[in-house]
Amino acid sequence: MSGKSTMLRTFRVIVMRDLTLAMRRRTDLLTTLFFFIIVVSLFPLGVGTEKAILRQIAPGIAWVAALLASMLALERLFAGDFQDGTLEQMLLAPQPLSVLVLAKVVAHWLLTGLPLVLIAPLVGLQYDLSAGSLGIMMLALLIGTPTLSLVGAIGAALTLGLRGGGVLLSLLVLPLYIPVLIYGAGAVSASVTSIADTQPYLMLLTGFMIFALVLAPWATAAALRISSE
Amino acid sequence: MSINWFKYSSPQTFYPLAGKMTPWFNWIAGILAVVGLYWGFFETPHILSEQKQYYRILFVHVPAAWMSMWLYLMMVGWAVVGLIFNTRLSFMMAASIAPSGAIFTFLTLWTGAFWGQTSWGTWWDWDPRMTSELILLFLYVGYMALQSAIDDTRRADRASALLALVGAICIPIIYWSVNCPDPNECTALHQQSSMSAVEPNIRIAWLIMVFSFWMYAFAIAFMRVRNVILERERNAAWVTELVGRKK
Repeated sequence: MSGKSTMLRTFRVIVMRDLTLAMRRRTDLLTTLFFFIIVVSLFPLGVGTEKAILRQIAPGIAWVAALLASMLALERLFAGDFQDGTLEQMLLAPQPLSVLVLAKVVAHWLLTGLPLVLIAPLVGLQYDLSAGSLGIMMLALLIGTPTLSLVGAIGAALTLGLRGGGVLLSLLVLPLYIPVLIYGAGAVSASVTSIADTQPYLMLLTGFMIFALVLAPWATAAALRISSE
Repeated sequence: MSINWFKYSSPQTFYPLAGKMTPWFNWIAGILAVVGLYWGFFETPHILSEQKQYYRILFVHVPAAWMSMWLYLMMVGWAVVGLIFNTRLSFMMAASIAPSGAIFTFLTLWTGAFWGQTSWGTWWDWDPRMTSELILLFLYVGYMALQSAIDDTRRADRASALLALVGAICIPIIYWSVNCPDPNECTALHQQSSMSAVEPNIRIAWLIMVFSFWMYAFAIAFMRVRNVILERERNAAWVTELVGRKK
């Protein structure tokens, strides 16, 4: 079997394995999702339920909640494999580590990013968003959350097995999430006035995603080697 | 005569060299600061009204802002040298530069707030340059937090080096946050960079202050790296000898 096809096969195997593992422990998955829902539901109670204000703050709140939810789930990205020794086997595997890392990140996004995209209509209902804005929000989350998972993986790899890793992780990762937050929330805000204005925001988000897709797995692989040597 | 380029790349030989250079850099920094501030306060033309005199805070603000970015690049530079050549001293330098960089970043934001209050009527605005400078502060803090959270020195050095490298993407963003190709497309309170259009005396004072801050950064980084060397090499024979002799 040629090297390339083993690589793709390994990629698929790791994605399927991580998905299966997550399905055996569904609570982890639901916790992240409910964290997002709870955070989003808190704001109208704190800020007040006036519809005009809610429409205005919806994009920012949805994105900040998505940022936090995605960050909270990051801790589990490598921790399990690190504890049971699977990670060491991955480091020794003949396939490039960055490909294996990408597979794990893809699985992680399918488990934590995609559910946020699918639950977004709920935010739309709570915050009285129009259907057009809601569509843009879902699209922006769809393009933006993979960047969060990719960039966050670097932080997760760097803080692997550290005491107080969770808080430290937020300190490292949240500043790097800011561009996605700005343009993700910007797209939704722009869609309130005119759907046509959202294109540059979405293109920038796509740019971020491609940039992270190329460089982040490589940096994460380097970080994993540093953390586990 | 052959020169040993790597003579000072070992902590043992660099420690006394840094000690010898520190007072020099301190003196140069002090003298330049006095000259630069004198020039900035008394040798600049009196063309502005009394209310506009607050602009002189820029003699601290601009050099601090430049140093905040420059020191980050220096930190990343040492971190990369350390990652490539696996030299301990490079990581120690990177770790020693970080606090100075963070202080300059804070100073930039602080003096900027005073400028903003008097000039623009607000302490803080989410102007792209302010925001990216704030992110830079977070990056410095993250670097230092990661460094101190890991007990194993080797892992701490390499992990924080990688983090610094990832965060380096912020520097071009700060730089281009006002120098964007089409000024009409950027809404910022900061004006475009106008170094060449500035009155010559003001520019001279600025540049002197930049050099003063730079020399100060050298001095303080060397002082700090000496502490780091002593701490990390405490079990080495030469440190025991050095400390024992002084007692």
